[in-house]
Amino acid sequence: MKIRGIAQSIAEAIKQEMERNDRIVVVGEDVTYWGAVFGFTMGLFEKFGRKRVFDTPITEQTFMGMAVGAATAGLHPVVSLMFVDFLGAGFDQMYNHMAKNYYMSGGQFPMPVTIITAIGGGYGDSSQHSQVLYGLFAHLPGFKVVVPSTPYDAKGLVTKALRDPNPVVVFGHKLLTGLPFLPFEGTEEEVPDEPYEVEFGKAVLRREGNDLTIISAGLMVHRSLRAAEMLQRDGISTEIIDLRTLIPLDEETIVKSAKKTGRVLIVDEDYMSYGMTGEVAFRIQAKALKDLKVPIARLAVPDVPIPFSEPLENTVIPNVERIYNEARKLYQES
Amino acid sequence: MIIKPEPSLKDLSYLIESSGLKPSDLLTMYRRMLTIRYFEETIRKIYHEGKNPFSMASGIIRGEMHLSIGQEAVAVGTLYQVRDEDVVVSTHRPHHHAIAKGVDLNRLAAEILGKVTGLCRGKGGHMHLFDKVKSFACSGIVGASFPQAAGAAFAFKYSGKDNVAIAFAGEGAANHGTFAETLNIASAWELPLILVIEDNKYADSTPKSLVMSTTFHYQRGLAYNVPSYLVDGMDVIDVYSTATKAIERARKGFGPTLIEALTYRYVGHFEGDGEEYRTKEEVEMWSSLDPIRRLENRILRLNYADNEILAKLREEARKQVQDAIDFALRSPYPDPNEALRGVFA
Repeated sequence: MKIRGIAQSIAEAIKQEMERNDRIVVVGEDVTYWGAVFGFTMGLFEKFGRKRVFDTPITEQTFMGMAVGAATAGLHPVVSLMFVDFLGAGFDQMYNHMAKNYYMSGGQFPMPVTIITAIGGGYGDSSQHSQVLYGLFAHLPGFKVVVPSTPYDAKGLVTKALRDPNPVVVFGHKLLTGLPFLPFEGTEEEVPDEPYEVEFGKAVLRREGNDLTIISAGLMVHRSLRAAEMLQRDGISTEIIDLRTLIPLDEETIVKSAKKTGRVLIVDEDYMSYGMTGEVAFRIQAKALKDLKVPIARLAVPDVPIPFSEPLENTVIPNVERIYNEARKLYQES
Repeated sequence: MIIKPEPSLKDLSYLIESSGLKPSDLLTMYRRMLTIRYFEETIRKIYHEGKNPFSMASGIIRGEMHLSIGQEAVAVGTLYQVRDEDVVVSTHRPHHHAIAKGVDLNRLAAEILGKVTGLCRGKGGHMHLFDKVKSFACSGIVGASFPQAAGAAFAFKYSGKDNVAIAFAGEGAANHGTFAETLNIASAWELPLILVIEDNKYADSTPKSLVMSTTFHYQRGLAYNVPSYLVDGMDVIDVYSTATKAIERARKGFGPTLIEALTYRYVGHFEGDGEEYRTKEEVEMWSSLDPIRRLENRILRLNYADNEILAKLREEARKQVQDAIDFALRSPYPDPNEALRGVFA
C-alpha cells in the first residue's frame, strides 16, 4: 500500500504486531482520539478499544515507571512520549530503571518497552517543543535508538522494535509524519502490506557517490539528499548515508564510505557538542584516518536552544542551503 | 509513641484470631523477623570491618549501606501471606523486604558482597536487588517504587490474574510526585496495588515535621479515594491484619490501598551516619517498642511457646544467617569481563 510519511506506517506496524501479540498495550497522553498527537498511534483505539489503548494522565514519570513494572510482569508496553522534549518529566524511570534493570538484575528482567516520540523543529514551536535529543538516549547504556526517515523503514524498524526484548526508543520527526497540520519533507512510497522487519545496526546508502560522504539521520537525510542534487549540478558526486539506528551504530558502512570518498560531512539536528556528530567522526577517524583527504566536517544545532522567530530558527537548524555550502567548502578544501 | 495501646491478653488473643492467625503463624513471624534482624546486624558488623578510618570504598562490603533494623514488623507483617508471583518493589533500604518476600538468603548475602553467586551475579549490589523467582525488585532512587509496582498491578489486571503488587517506600519518598501520581492512576484504574509507607520519621536526616504539610501520608491517600490506614509498624499483628485486608481487596478487583506504618530505624540512614538530627532519648524510647521483643513477650504471655522453643528459633535464625554469610564469603567474584556483557537481552 502507498503510504505518505512515517506516522501512518508506524501506526500500521503497531496494529499488526498487536494483532499478533496480545501482550502489547499502548499507553501515553492522548493516544486514543488524537493518535498521540503526531499520528503514531492513529487508528489503534478504533481497532482495539480501551482494553489495549490507554490514555494516561500527564505524568511522564509515572507512566514510564508503569511501563517498567508492566514489562517486568510480562507485557510489552508501547509508550508514547508525546514530544521528546518532555523526557525530563519521566527520565529517571527511563534511564535509571528501564535502561538498567536488565543489566543490574544480572539478566533476570528483560525490558521489552517501545517508546515512540516526536522530534524536531522547523515549524515555529521554539525551545521546549523542537528538540531532537536522541544523543542523550544514545549516550546512556541500555537504549536502542531508532530514527526512521521513510515510511518503509518506519514500519520495518517499529516491527523490529516490537519484537525486541529491550527498551527501544523510536524518534519520529514531525516534518516526516505526513500530517496535514505540519510541513512535509518526507516521502510517499509503496510499503508492503505484510509485517516485515528492518534490521537494527544497518545503515542504508540513500545515494551513491565518489567525492564526498554525508552522514545523517531522520529529516536531515532528506535535506542532505536535496543538497546532493545541487552538488551534482556542480559536478560533485555525493554519497548519502542514512544511519537509521544510532544504537546499534553501523560502523562498517560509514567507515567504508569514508575510505571510498575521503571526505565526510556529518549532519545532525541534535545539539553539536558531545553528540552524534562527534561520535560518528571519532569512529571514522579511528579506522580511516589515513584515507581522509580533509578533516571531517559537521553541521548541527550550534549549542543554543531552538529560538522561536523564523529567521532565528532557520539559522540554527541545518537546512539544504547550509548543507550544500558546507559540503562544497569541504570538497574545495582538497 | 505508640499509636495503639497494648491490648489485654484476652483482647490480644481475640485480635490474633480475628486476623486469621494461629499460634504457629506468630512463631513463623517471629522467626522471620529474627532472620532479618540477625542478617542486618551481621551485615553491619562485616560492613565496618576494614573501614577504619571510615571509607565507603574499603572493606569487604563497599558502597553505601542502608539497614532496616527496627522496621522488621512492617516487612514481615505485610508480606506474610503473599505469593511468589505477587510483585514487590522495594527501595534503597530493601533487605527486610527481600527476606520477608522469601528471597534466598545465601544469594542475597552474596549479592551484597558483590559475588558471582549473588542474586544479580554481583551487578546490582545492596540497593539493586532483583529476584525473578520471588518477583522482587528494588531501586536506589527515592520515589521510584510506586509507579513500577503500579505497572505490575496494571499487567495483572490486564491479564486477568488475581495477583497483587506492593510498593514499599519511606515517608520521605512519599513527598515525591510519583506518590501522588500513582495514587491517582491506581485509584482511577482500580489497580491491585498496595502502597506501604514506612514512616521512620526521617528522610535521610530531614525530620518529617519540617517538610510535610500533613502529619501523616494516609491523609493524602484519602484525597485520591484510596482507602488509607495508619498502622502500628512496631506491631507485626497490626500490620498483618491491615495488609491482609488490603491484599484481599486488591485480589478481588476493588483497587488499591495505602498503608502507612509508623516505625523507626534504630541505626542511621546509612552506616556512617552521625545521627546529628535525633536524640539518644528518642532512639531509646523507640527501642523500648522493639517489634521483635514485643512479639516475643506476647508469645510467652499467651503461652504459644516457652522460652526453650523461642531459644531454638533464635538459634535456627542465627545459623541460617551465618550459613548465608559464609556462603557469600567463600563465593568467588565475577569474571571482570562480565562487566562488559549483558546490557541488552
